[in-house]
Amino acid sequence: MANRWTNTLSWNDVTPEAAFLNRRQLIAGAAALGAAGSIAGSVSAQDSGDALEPNTWEEITGYNNYYEFGTGKEDPARNAGQLTTQPWSIKIDGMVDNPGDYALEDLIAGLTVEERIYRFRCVEAWSMVIPWNGIELKDILDVAGVQSDAKYVAFETLVRPSEMPGVASRVLDWPYREGLRLDEATHPLTIMATGIYGRDIPNQNGAPIRLVVPWKYGFKSIKSIVRITLTDEEPQTSWNMANAREYGFFSNVNPNVDHPRWSQATERRIGGGLFAARQDTLMFNGYEDEVAAMYDGMDLAEFI
Amino acid sequence: MIGAFNSGLRRVPAWPLYILAPVPVAWLFWLAVQGQLGIDPTKSIEHQLGLWALWGLIAGLAVTPLRKHLGLNLLKFRRAIGVITFFYVLAHLLVWLVLDVQFQNVWADIVKRWYITIGMLGFAFMVPLALTSNNWSIRRVGPVAWRRLHKATYVVALLGALHFLLLVKGFQWEPILYTGVIVSLLALRVDWRALGARTQARA
Repeated sequence: MANRWTNTLSWNDVTPEAAFLNRRQLIAGAAALGAAGSIAGSVSAQDSGDALEPNTWEEITGYNNYYEFGTGKEDPARNAGQLTTQPWSIKIDGMVDNPGDYALEDLIAGLTVEERIYRFRCVEAWSMVIPWNGIELKDILDVAGVQSDAKYVAFETLVRPSEMPGVASRVLDWPYREGLRLDEATHPLTIMATGIYGRDIPNQNGAPIRLVVPWKYGFKSIKSIVRITLTDEEPQTSWNMANAREYGFFSNVNPNVDHPRWSQATERRIGGGLFAARQDTLMFNGYEDEVAAMYDGMDLAEFI
Repeated sequence: MIGAFNSGLRRVPAWPLYILAPVPVAWLFWLAVQGQLGIDPTKSIEHQLGLWALWGLIAGLAVTPLRKHLGLNLLKFRRAIGVITFFYVLAHLLVWLVLDVQFQNVWADIVKRWYITIGMLGFAFMVPLALTSNNWSIRRVGPVAWRRLHKATYVVALLGALHFLLLVKGFQWEPILYTGVIVSLLALRVDWRALGARTQARA
């Protein structure tokens, strides 16, 4: 069931990947050479465009919330290097026909890896645009065979104190847990990412495999997954357990419903520099057409 | 040793502190513009200024216990410490207002978000303290009333610690450590024996 969605965000296909990997250096280099013409021209056209240009590799991999490696945004990039991601297995259990411990490479063998350029909106009111490489979660769930009475999917992140310095501190009740309703989990937009910019996903971004649910706040997109459980009860989720008043189960991006800590009406795009203006946050993070129907009849101010 | 230190300090003037205080702030902005302050320079500056403000509050609160318990006299620097701390708090507030939230929903933020309410309250308490941090005001207000007014510093420090405690997500040690230091510095001011005697007398 791959390829059920095509990117709405895109970049100029002729621009080399290097331009995104190190835009700043490229611009500086071009200027220094005095050969700004074509290269700098195409780059600045994107800058002044619809602001959907993907963030740089440095931004995406250097600014992360991954509390198992520390609470600072730069901690994961600093501390995650030692994480062993091979071998990696995922336990799939609960209401499935084929439960078991799956070696990652076996689980995803033969499944289609697509490039998905998604907006990424953190509940802390900052955002990026990230070119993921991933597999539709539905394809993975189909391998396990979801039973008809399953209603939810629960996920767990690895806890390995020897390689995750952050878990020594009880910032959250480890393991990190997340969950989706089954219709959300099988939605074409929901992917399990294994790469960024065509490279293997770095440890600080959730290697070797992580969830990406682009219409929900970033904390729903759980990293380094070791367990997937199909269930008929709404699963417990880490931030909801830590502070139920602030973090609901759904956590859909919604500019009209404020979080107690942050107004969600606008966001700061990472990478714009010190004086970049805030941007309006879009309903369902810009994926309203694709996902709104799943929440028909639900009061989104109540089901946060 | 402390005596030699004190007499040495007596020769050090306090005024250079006022000139030096803005240097780190300018340095922060310089680093940010140069792209040396990480991927989100706005948050980095905001956070760093907030931490410096807390350090300033702690330094100001440390002056009295250092004198009382160690005999180290830093009293002549306390006004500069206080005024500079206010300057960092003001800079922290302005970065939040102008670069971070960009004047959007500011009033809603102040009313609805506890950590912002408390931060603002701390700032509001600091304004009269900063405005009266001069000899003319001490004469004008009278030393007894002035001293009473400036005890508001205790409230400001507690509000600053609370602001930090409330704004972090999850359970984190850093704001707890700051709170611990501030509460300890305040506890050192309490005359526990007199307090005990009074409680006993009442019983």
